[in-house]
Amino acid sequence: MTSETKRKAGIHWGRITRDGLWSNNVTLSQLLALCPTLAVTGTATNGLGMGLATTAVLTISNVLVSAIRNLVTPEVRIPVYIVLIATLVTLVDLGLNAYAHELHKVLGLFIALIVVNCAILGRAESFASKNPVGASALDGLMMGLGFTAVLVVLGGVREIIGTGTLFAGASLLLGQSMAFLELRLIPEYRGFLIAILPPGGFLALGFLLAGKRVMDARMAAVAKPVGEPATASG
Amino acid sequence: MSTLAWTTFRQGIGYQGLLLGCTVALAATLLVVADRLTREPIALRHAEDMNASLAQVIPPERHDNDLLANTLTLTDAAGTPVTIYRALLGGQVTAVAFQVTGQGYAGEIGVMLGLAVDGKVLGARVLSHKETPGLGDKIEVAKDDWILAFTGLSLGDPSSERWAVKKDGGDFDQFSGATITPRAVVRALKGGLEFFAANRGAMTASAAPDAAARTLTTDH
Repeated sequence: MTSETKRKAGIHWGRITRDGLWSNNVTLSQLLALCPTLAVTGTATNGLGMGLATTAVLTISNVLVSAIRNLVTPEVRIPVYIVLIATLVTLVDLGLNAYAHELHKVLGLFIALIVVNCAILGRAESFASKNPVGASALDGLMMGLGFTAVLVVLGGVREIIGTGTLFAGASLLLGQSMAFLELRLIPEYRGFLIAILPPGGFLALGFLLAGKRVMDARMAAVAKPVGEPATASG
Repeated sequence: MSTLAWTTFRQGIGYQGLLLGCTVALAATLLVVADRLTREPIALRHAEDMNASLAQVIPPERHDNDLLANTLTLTDAAGTPVTIYRALLGGQVTAVAFQVTGQGYAGEIGVMLGLAVDGKVLGARVLSHKETPGLGDKIEVAKDDWILAFTGLSLGDPSSERWAVKKDGGDFDQFSGATITPRAVVRALKGGLEFFAANRGAMTASAAPDAAARTLTTDH
């Protein structure tokens, strides 16, 4: 590898990571995958499980799509990607059911939903089909982790407001050693039901989206006096 | 030269068909292999789940058999088949368990009901439901011990018309803010008891035919 391509690749790694985790976040910026986002985030634990399963599928699908990107012609790319993703999700589903049954019982319903998570097809289409395997793997991982972070925050907020607990059932997902994560933040809390029900998901997501806008604006305002004003956009 | 031929071929419809065909063939192969590999572990896990829920409604000292091995399928009044799990002790049926369903606030509630041969409830546990978290989910034993109140009761105790929630003039508590859910569970359990009363002979007397046969052969 020449030093030039290495340098190029070096620049990419940082941007891919920042894009995936924050500036082009699946949920907060692309507004993709809202169905699983709202459906599973009743608790932080469910959000974490769904996020990790999605991250695994997204990373593997990105790698596969990238590996065959020179074989696939534009005309048939969508069916090829969909078959690949659906197969992967089914394999994950079968594997979890057989070898991580407790986790499968918690996530079971939502694993099949990963197939229709448009973020996965979206990354295959807009990134993996145009980039080398390594970069695609990182993109999948970072996009997945960004998605996971949003699901955990959303689930955590809804869980705290709705039931006064945090990470309830975490030992079921992560093993008995992680039982310390299960917190009861507000003792004798009667619960605030709407936060756990679907409307609470929309409300919390709305506040999160607004929060990201505000933070982006703040960061831009802080950055402005340092760089060239007005003209430096991008 | 060969690159040119390759490019021409790649643009043709034949290549696209081949590509799709290969992808699907590969996917199908992978799925068949994965299905083969995981079928047995998955069946095992499901059996473990079933055993775990049966163990909650049939005390272990009441049987020396594999509950999943001695089953019987009967049809209930509505014509749906019900699998009866029978607990045997020395070849004698000591208890039975089967699943009953109630129509809750947000879909079906599945309850596993364990009964002694005299018709007394050994235990009842909710297996699945879609009730509102925080309101209707108190029927789960993990959330509330409401469901434990049924243990030891039978069709005549309390009397038939008192097998209902208090709001309907019965004996059982409803939850504040949720009446439909406990009503559905109570009705399902009452239905289960009536089903047992109607099919008691078939469920208990016949024991397990194979177990009876085994006893006969070992007598010699």
